[in-house]
Amino acid sequence: MAELMYWEAIRRAHDEEMARDPMVIAMGEDIGVAGGTYKATQGLYDKYGAERVIDTPISENGYTGLGIGSSFLGVRPIIEIMSVNFAWLATDQIVNTAAKVRYMSGGQLEAPVVIRSPGGTAHQLGAQHSARMEKVFMGIVGLRVVTPSNPRQAYGLIKSAVRCNDPVFINEHELMYNMKDVVPDDEYFHPLEGSEVAREGKDVTIFAYNISVHWALQAADILSRQHGIEAEVVDLYALNPLDREGIRDSVSKTHRAVIAEEAEPAVGVGSEVMAIINEECFFELDAPPMRISARNVPIPYNRTLEKAAIPNAQDVVNGVLKMFGK
Amino acid sequence: MNAADKKRLLREMLYARRFEERCYEAYVERKIGGFLHLYPGQEACVHGVMEAAKPGHDYVITGYRDHVHAIQCGADPKKVMAELYGKETGSSKGRGGSMHIFDVEHRFMGGYALVGGPFPLAAGIGKAIKLQGGDEISICFLGDAANNQGSFHESLNMAAVWELPVLFVCENNLYGIGTRIERSTAVQEQYKRACGYGIEAARVDGQDIETVYEAALKAVDYVRSGKGPYFLELSTYRYRGHSMSDAGAYRTKEEQQEWIKRDPINLFKERLIEAGELSEEDFQSLDKEIIEQIDRDVIPFAEESPEPKLEELEKYVLAENDPWVKGGAQ
Ligand SMILES: Cc1ncc(C[n+]2csc(CCOP(=O)(O)OP(=O)(O)O)c2C)c(N)n1
Ligand SMILES: [Mg+2]
Repeated sequence: MAELMYWEAIRRAHDEEMARDPMVIAMGEDIGVAGGTYKATQGLYDKYGAERVIDTPISENGYTGLGIGSSFLGVRPIIEIMSVNFAWLATDQIVNTAAKVRYMSGGQLEAPVVIRSPGGTAHQLGAQHSARMEKVFMGIVGLRVVTPSNPRQAYGLIKSAVRCNDPVFINEHELMYNMKDVVPDDEYFHPLEGSEVAREGKDVTIFAYNISVHWALQAADILSRQHGIEAEVVDLYALNPLDREGIRDSVSKTHRAVIAEEAEPAVGVGSEVMAIINEECFFELDAPPMRISARNVPIPYNRTLEKAAIPNAQDVVNGVLKMFGK
Repeated sequence: MNAADKKRLLREMLYARRFEERCYEAYVERKIGGFLHLYPGQEACVHGVMEAAKPGHDYVITGYRDHVHAIQCGADPKKVMAELYGKETGSSKGRGGSMHIFDVEHRFMGGYALVGGPFPLAAGIGKAIKLQGGDEISICFLGDAANNQGSFHESLNMAAVWELPVLFVCENNLYGIGTRIERSTAVQEQYKRACGYGIEAARVDGQDIETVYEAALKAVDYVRSGKGPYFLELSTYRYRGHSMSDAGAYRTKEEQQEWIKRDPINLFKERLIEAGELSEEDFQSLDKEIIEQIDRDVIPFAEESPEPKLEELEKYVLAENDPWVKGGAQ
């Protein structure tokens, strides 16, 4: 198995799907000639041409809607929105059309579009470039939401999303494009539902997704080495729907749950996981579940304030220790 | 413009150029973080328009390429630099950064990072001016590529139908990041798009500050006299990449050379020298004085200012002690 960077894995998935099916197209701002802000479509313009690798104007709601419209007739667009902050502008077409058209047409139409976009806080990009929108999209009925934490998932999730007949929002991360890890050499389709145990443990489960999986793994390592606590890390790569069974199984094993999320706590991944725990396995709990979330602020520019606003591995460690009364 | 005004304007343009170059260095030294969009090449646009308007009185709003716009409205360059350094003394108290310079005291209503976001805000400011009966105008500076955003069309229509006092200035530098205008935009002369909404519009050379100034005088007069919005397109060019993370590889050397030949500062300087209003030595000493002033006053202020306090992370999220939160002072 070769190691690929996250962006290379995304590029490979595009390339394979576009080579297979002439109806698969890529669209977005600066994705063609320039190869994409994070290089995720590098070289595809030369290979597939301007009809299929489309540099769009800065018209997020417009080109997202255009992609959705084309999907009504069987085109399979992979739409890159340069940053989730700009996806706010496209929420109209994503929410009002893509997520609802199958239902409101009584099953006559479907919108099999893939919308990829990096979210999260990077380095000092400020309030309008640091949104974490996963919690917004995961609440939309009719929209699948996945969020890869490594290159293998990034590759396999696009592959499945392109084939899937539902609209899929793929929440990537600005800080992860250069992360390197193994990706199967053979074609690989990652499921759009479910979760993965990223590290086995018996004492506490840390639920995480996307970048917070890495905080959780780091935290689990510190907890094991320094405190004798064996944490299980569950990677919730699918946010809509969430894996009820996976959540129940892990909590039933460890009896403790911590959720590490990059967004603010309200109406988020953590609150949803907690609700599922309450519904599925409340009596398995030895301690109240806990969320490690961002502070309730728009992200400040100043580096010190910014770091204080978003959680990290140490915050996860501290949360777990507190739960154990240490 | 008299000779003294011209000399002052030249100095201001040169100041803006050197200020931005200093930002570049500070970014390379990692004193400045995040996205940094610089202005060199486009100076005649903001300087020409603001010379015709009333800085500090008229309202100005723009995108992320905003340092020079703020300074031309009257913002203290020290505070702008301190903002870029993320300091408490910065114009947005270190919370905003390069893309979010605000100086409301000087009626600089902000830099915004979402392309197209300021269009309706500018129209709204125009609406407020009209309601409140003032003689200010609302000036919106944005790029060419922003005009492909729905908000452009929605805002122009509203400004026209309600005759709002808004001057839309389009700094057409031919690119939206790496995409050249023909590849994204069906009609490349942007003023024509405004005509579609029945808005008075003009397109002039944005490298020649006197041309910009003359066109802006006409535009500002028109808007201030209550006739409704005006759209002024300035053709210009940015020298650097879109932001610090962009090397600008999508542009040819030849194209860049052609534009540098018509550098707004050089053009104006040569003209003043030809008219006998300035000598090369005057210019050199002006330049030296500016660079020294930035190094002596601006940079140390930014360097030595305190960071925001960690305890104040959540300040400014919501209004403090607003009685209505509890249903008023009953
Ligand atoms: C809604 C939105 N979409 C995309 C971007 C990314 N982006 C930032 S600036 C820019 C190009 C804007 O070009 P133009 O309006 O011509 O202004 P210029 O930078 O040339 O001054 C793009 C695509 C953004 N900031 N906001
Ligand atoms: Mg432009």
